[in-house]
Amino acid sequence: MHDTENESDRFTIDGQLFDSRLLLDIGHYRDPQRALVAARASGAEIICVSVRRNNLGQRSDEANLLDTLSPDEFMILPSSSGCYNAADAIECCQRARELLNGQNLVKLEVLGDEQTLYPDIAATLTAAQTLINDGFRLMVYCNDDPVIARRLENMGAAALMPMGAPPGSCLTQFNPGNLRRLIDQASIPVLLGGITSTSDAALAMELGCDAVVIDRAIAHAQEPVLMAQAMRFAVQAGRLDYLAD
Amino acid sequence: MIQFYLNGQATQAPCGQSLADLIEQLGLAGRRLAIELNAEIVPRAAHTTVMLNDNDRVEIVHAIGGG
Repeated sequence: MHDTENESDRFTIDGQLFDSRLLLDIGHYRDPQRALVAARASGAEIICVSVRRNNLGQRSDEANLLDTLSPDEFMILPSSSGCYNAADAIECCQRARELLNGQNLVKLEVLGDEQTLYPDIAATLTAAQTLINDGFRLMVYCNDDPVIARRLENMGAAALMPMGAPPGSCLTQFNPGNLRRLIDQASIPVLLGGITSTSDAALAMELGCDAVVIDRAIAHAQEPVLMAQAMRFAVQAGRLDYLAD
Repeated sequence: MIQFYLNGQATQAPCGQSLADLIEQLGLAGRRLAIELNAEIVPRAAHTTVMLNDNDRVEIVHAIGGG
């Protein structure tokens, strides 16, 4: 889909191959067009979107994200972001599957704290079991607890998405030691979110993350397109470092 | 006429209208959306056969940014 410097170094999520190890979360763009420009500059193949109840019915002229960021150009990864209990998250994933013509691959996210966006792990495990039984393939937002990671993997999760820095913290928050342990232990992909800087992105990749998810670091930059390119190179640099060591 | 709730808003419709008719009427035909009828998702294939009834709660959802 996009060019890459290392053709053979692809990674797999749920049987699908990807060149780009940068996933773009487009939660914080003024409009879909800006998100599209940033997405193209970042080289991302996977775009994270939310599925929320939106009063689409009353306004037919309202911008529909999927008209701009087309599933023909990107792999659209819907998430249950913004859900604070298992039931809401389950419903959200079911809605996403309908919206995306039966796509079973979703990001499960059950939040437990509005300030830090820490996951509610107990609710996450409950929702995960129900969704997996219903045929979903889950990329699960979690913390860096190796016990939880193992449990999710044993349940049949498709990927782990441990949290990095809480939103707005501007800190390199992830614990490299824990992350490394998680990566060494997991036989499913590990993708780190909450990336606040290019050095964060490079470090996460250096440690052996399969990919990173970038949100505000690009969206809130003065020049999102430049930052998207910077992140693209940071991810590639970190990955090459990991391969070289 | 029947009265139903579209995304929480009381709305009138003629009797015998299907979900597909409703989508058409709203100018949303061909758009990527999902419909929930009384909190249950109605698969796209069933939009033409599922009829609106009095007091139904219809939610039309789509994707927004954020993950």
